Amino acid sequence: MKNVGLAIFIILLLVGCENNKGFKNSLDKAQISESDIEYFQNLVGDTVLFTVDQSGLRPDAISILNAQVNWLKEKKFLPITIEGHADEQGTREYNLALGARRATAVREFLLAKGIEQDRISIVTYGKERPLRVCSNEECWSKNRRAVTVVGKKIVE
Amino acid sequence: MVRHSVLKFLKIFSFTSILFINSSFVAAQKNDAPQLDMTVNRGVIKPLSLAVPSFIKESGANSIISRELAKVISNNLDSTGLFKSIPQSAYVSMPLSFNTPVQFSDWSIINADVLVMGSVGLKPDGRLEVKFRLWDVSQQKEIGKGKQYFTNSESWRRISHKISDTIYTRVTGEGAYFDSRVVFVSETGPKDNRTKRLAIMDQDGANFRLLKHPPSLVIAPRFSPTTNKIIFTGYETGKPRVYLMDLSSEEITSLPELKGMSFAPRFSADGSQIVLSMTENGNTDIFINTLSTGAKRRLTTNNAIDTAPSFSPDGKSIVFESDRGGGQQLYIISNQGGDAKRISFGKGRYATPVWSPRGDLIAFTKIKEGKFHIGVMRVDGTKERLLTTSFLDEGPAWAPNGRVLMFFRETPGKAGAPSIYSIDISGRNLRKIKTSSFASDPNWSPILN
Repeated sequence: MKNVGLAIFIILLLVGCENNKGFKNSLDKAQISESDIEYFQNLVGDTVLFTVDQSGLRPDAISILNAQVNWLKEKKFLPITIEGHADEQGTREYNLALGARRATAVREFLLAKGIEQDRISIVTYGKERPLRVCSNEECWSKNRRAVTVVGKKIVE
Repeated sequence: MVRHSVLKFLKIFSFTSILFINSSFVAAQKNDAPQLDMTVNRGVIKPLSLAVPSFIKESGANSIISRELAKVISNNLDSTGLFKSIPQSAYVSMPLSFNTPVQFSDWSIINADVLVMGSVGLKPDGRLEVKFRLWDVSQQKEIGKGKQYFTNSESWRRISHKISDTIYTRVTGEGAYFDSRVVFVSETGPKDNRTKRLAIMDQDGANFRLLKHPPSLVIAPRFSPTTNKIIFTGYETGKPRVYLMDLSSEEITSLPELKGMSFAPRFSADGSQIVLSMTENGNTDIFINTLSTGAKRRLTTNNAIDTAPSFSPDGKSIVFESDRGGGQQLYIISNQGGDAKRISFGKGRYATPVWSPRGDLIAFTKIKEGKFHIGVMRVDGTKERLLTTSFLDEGPAWAPNGRVLMFFRETPGKAGAPSIYSIDISGRNLRKIKTSSFASDPNWSPILN
């Protein structure tokens, strides 16, 4: 009974959360435990969004990042890579630099909240890896993002 | 009717690099003296009409090559917008031998201004021997001297390009650019999961080839002006980083002394240095790397995004983009660092500046009111002219003669994808380069040896 209740709760959560790829279809996925990376990706939220041309953290981003911090503190062994992205409304090089600013903003937040420095690497993809493909603000707002990828570390 | 001569065309054409001139050859013909109608709008030069008969076959050459040599020359010269080929079906005669006198009346009757006569023969050692002569039909005079080339038969296209360069240079007075290649990024797959690979082709889109480099994310390859190398940004380690590739082996090496993330590299004109941007702690600045020593020098230090640097031809200055003043604008800085001088002041954002190989102009991408443009301005920032407009035009690249630009244009939406285009710096003659995949980030080689 408890499980069914949790499943319904999770489904309700997901209704307003359409950009969570691959998490729409089944009850089994709703059975994931809090310690799974999928839980982090979809229920904690691995993605924070940014305003056009900005790399400052918005209030919605800060609440997600606080949740990330709580989860990450329980998982001290997991490395993290923060990917910074931009929308297509900018030139390639500028967007690479902008993505780096965004990833850095998230990194600095996590560091300030006590996540260990040597766990975190950052990478920018600029506009090279859009999540959504339409050419209007609906997609662009989802593409201006920083994604905290758990379990991945870039070796220099 | 007295026809204008090719030499008059040369005078008028060289004028247009400064002004847009609505010159009318029709008027010139009527009055027997060229009249320049100097309206400063996008006037169209009436192209010179060009006859390029199939090359005369000599000793053992095959007819495909004799036809294709002429066709590639026609296509090259037509692509400039300054020439227009008369279809071979309109010719009243075909030359039978390279050395017999030209029947000018056969060419003036079809209104040819310029006649290209060529021959191709196969030598006993397997090499092709190609000869050509260039004629001013109205003056019944040869333009320059005939030329002769020897090559192995696989390289016949390069001979066509070399002949095209000679014709273009003799008639317009401008530098050559046809015997050159373009390195670019070949893109395949859906917009949210593109595979981007390094690729190379001739300037006219022929001989397309993917480089051996494994498929991954690559960005903006650029030719070395002096060696058979390119430099590009790749994600081999998971982060953007600058790499050199030797085009003969297609082996890659990473540039030393780079920390963090590095991208937007370009060579200096002498090939000895790389200017690039590097991101440390979220801040992107400009650096110069000396290839022989691996030494790295910082040029900018502020907290803004400083990127997309490009050397002046003399290597003394670097133009780059920075958002230090709020939005993206263009700045010039000495190769020794110091204060940067802002050169762009118009409304909108300016990005990806590239110094012309002639030194006179800077090409750039401009974003204004949601549209992207390719433009040019003088080095002091004056005389800005926008040449294109679309949803997304980006990344200008100069032809070796500094008269033509390539760039890429991306279409919007789910099916949106990039293609490479070229345009004359006058703003005329926008052309899509045919490629067998989506294509972006073009960079033009110097003239081949």
